[in-house]
Amino acid sequence: MSILVGKETRVITQGITGKQGLFHTKQAIEYGTKVVGGTTPGKGGTTVEGVPVFNTVREAVEKTGANASVIYVPPAFAADAIMEAVDAELDLVICITEGIPVLDMVKVKRFMEGRHTRLIGPNCPGVITPGACKIGIMPGYIHVPGKVGVVSRSGTLTYEAVYQLTVRGIGQSTAVGIGGDPVKGTEFIDVLKMFNDDPDTEAVIMIGEIGGTAEEQAAEWIRDHMTKPVVGFIAGATAPPGRRMGHAGAIISGGSGTAASKIKKLEECGIRVAPTPSDMGATMEQYLKDRGLLESCRTAR
Amino acid sequence: MNIHEYQAKSVLAQYGVAVPQGHVAFTVEEAVEHAKQLGGKAVVKAQIHAGGRGKAGGVKVSKSLAEVEANARELLGKTLVTHQTGPQGKVVKRLLIEQLSNIQKEYYIGLVVDRASGRVVMMASAEGGMEIEEVAAKTPEKIFKETIDPAVGLLPYQARNLAFAIQIPDALVNKAVKFMTGLYACFVDKDCSVAEINPLVVTAEGDVMALDAKLNFDDNALYRHPDILELRDLDEEDPKEIEASKFGLNYIALDGNIGCMVNGAGLAMATMDTIKYYGGEPANFLDIGGGANEEKVTAAFKLILSDPNVKGILVNIFGGIQQCDVVANGVVAAARQIGLDKPLVVRLEGTNVEKGKEILNQSGLNIVAADSLADAAQRIVALV
Repeated sequence: MSILVGKETRVITQGITGKQGLFHTKQAIEYGTKVVGGTTPGKGGTTVEGVPVFNTVREAVEKTGANASVIYVPPAFAADAIMEAVDAELDLVICITEGIPVLDMVKVKRFMEGRHTRLIGPNCPGVITPGACKIGIMPGYIHVPGKVGVVSRSGTLTYEAVYQLTVRGIGQSTAVGIGGDPVKGTEFIDVLKMFNDDPDTEAVIMIGEIGGTAEEQAAEWIRDHMTKPVVGFIAGATAPPGRRMGHAGAIISGGSGTAASKIKKLEECGIRVAPTPSDMGATMEQYLKDRGLLESCRTAR
Repeated sequence: MNIHEYQAKSVLAQYGVAVPQGHVAFTVEEAVEHAKQLGGKAVVKAQIHAGGRGKAGGVKVSKSLAEVEANARELLGKTLVTHQTGPQGKVVKRLLIEQLSNIQKEYYIGLVVDRASGRVVMMASAEGGMEIEEVAAKTPEKIFKETIDPAVGLLPYQARNLAFAIQIPDALVNKAVKFMTGLYACFVDKDCSVAEINPLVVTAEGDVMALDAKLNFDDNALYRHPDILELRDLDEEDPKEIEASKFGLNYIALDGNIGCMVNGAGLAMATMDTIKYYGGEPANFLDIGGGANEEKVTAAFKLILSDPNVKGILVNIFGGIQQCDVVANGVVAAARQIGLDKPLVVRLEGTNVEKGKEILNQSGLNIVAADSLADAAQRIVALV
C-alpha cells in the first residue's frame, strides 16, 4: 500500500559521513528503513551506524544490491552526486540538498534523458511510506499507515498536512515532497499517476504554491484521468509579485502563477481546495465522508 | 542577485555582445567628463535596480555638455518612482553616461529557465521597448521561442530562426546571431536566472546593440562567481534583508503589522495567508530554514522587532530537522535581551515539542500558546 518506497527498498546514503547524512541515516534506520550502505569519496572501507561506506556509488550498488539512494551532499557537489547515482542505474534517487544552482539541474535533466532512474527533488523533504520506509528529513512520528497519498512542493507544509490527517485518524499511503526548485526530477503529474494506479491509495492531497504552472497542468490531468478524490491547497495568496519567497520556484512573474489563478483552475477541474492551510485535514475528512470513503480510510491510532 | 544596467553591459561586452559606449558617473563632474569623451552629447541614464526608468523621467537625451550637466545634477540624488520601485521610489546614486544611438528599430531578446522543459529558452519579439509580459498576454503569437539543448548550446540555426522571425534586416542577421550566441554564452557561464535585452536596437550605422540590459543571477551559484558578487550594490537592497542574509535567514519586508517567524518557505507563505484570512496583515515573510541554532533564532526575532510597524509576533514552527526546544530557547533569549513589550503568539509542533513548550512556559514571559495554525493566526489578529 504505497508508491515509490516500501519494505523492499534498499537505500544507500550519499554523503553518509557528513553531519546531515549521518543524522538522518540514523533516524531512517531507527524508523525501520533498510539502509544498506553509504558513500563518501575517500572514506571507503569504513563503517558508520553499522553500515559499510564506499568510495563510489557504483561500488556501493555492486556490493549491497541497493536500488535507491538519498543525497545529503553540499549544493556545489549535489548535481554530480545525482548523475553518479543515475549512472549506477538506481531505480530511485532522492536529493534532499537545498541550494543547487538551477543550471546544474538543467544539465542533470539532460543527462537523465533516456535513463530509467526516477529523481525526487532536489530541495525536498523526501519520501515516506508510513510504517515501512522513511527516506528523508521528515519527522517520522507524525505519520501513520493508511490510504491517503500526499504530494507537495513544500517540506514543512507537507508535515502540516500529514499531521492534520493523523490527528483525525486518517493514515497516509505515501507522502512525497517533490521539492520547491524550478527544475526538478519529478512533477505533480508523475506522482498523481502513481497514486491513481496504487490500489491502496483512496484519495490524494496535493499541496502547491505560487509560481510556474505545474499545479494548473496537474489539475487538468486530474480532471481528465484521476479516478480518486483530490484535495488541494495553494500557498502564497499574500505573496507580493516579483519577490522570491524562499523557494527558487516560488515567484509570481508578470501576473502569472498567482495563488488566485491556481485556486480557480483547481476548482474548475473538480479539486476541493482547502481555504486555509489549517483546513487541509478537515477538507479531506469531509470529502472522504461525502464519497463514503471515510470509514475505510480511518486508521486505529 | 540584480546588478545595474552599466554593469550588465560591461559583463555582456566580455562575451562579444555589442553595447553602446558608456561610463558610470557618481558625480556631476564625472558625468560631464565622460560626455566630453563621447563628443559632448550623451544619454544620461539613472542607475537603479528597477525597470520603467524611461517613463519615470530617469533617462535624458542631452545634446550638449550643458544639458548633460543639468540633467546629471537633476537626476543624482533624486528619488525615482517607477512601477517597479513601489511608491517610496529609489534614490539615484549612479548615472550611466552613454553615446547617443541612431535607432532605426527596437526588438526584444530574453533568456529564462523554462520549468516545463527544464531548459533555457530564448525569446524574441519585434515588439521592442514594451513589457514582455504585456506582449505575452495580448499577442502571444508575436513572441518567438527556441528551447536550447544544454549539451550543445544555442545553435546558429536557432538564432537565425529567431532573427528572421522578428524581421531583423537580412544584412544584419549575422550580427544578430553573434549577439544572441554571445548572450547565451554569458547566461550559462555566469549562472544567470534572467537576461533581458529590451530594447535590442538596429542603428542607422548597421549595428545590432543592447540599448538596455538586465541580468539577474542565481543566488545559489554566486559562490562560483566572485566577479559578479563584487557588483552587488547594497544601497539597492533593504537593510533588514541584508542583515537577514548575514544569518542565512530568508526575510522579505512587507507592509503589515504582524511579524512572522516560520520554518520552511511553504509554511511561511501559508502562515502569511492564514493571518490575512483572519483579517490581519503580515509585516514580513521570514523562513528560518531547517536546523537553525539558538543564535539564528535570536537574530530572526530581533530582525522582526526592528521593524517599527510590528505590533505583534506570530511564531509558527513545525519541527522536522528543526528542534522546537532550540526555537523556544532562541525566542526567550531574544525577548529577554530586547525587553519584549508586544503580544507574542507561539505555535510549536514536531520534533521536541514538549521540551519547547516547557521552556516557553517557564520563561515567565507573556507568551500566548496556540494549538494550531488557525488558532495562532486568530489569536495574534485579535491581539494587535
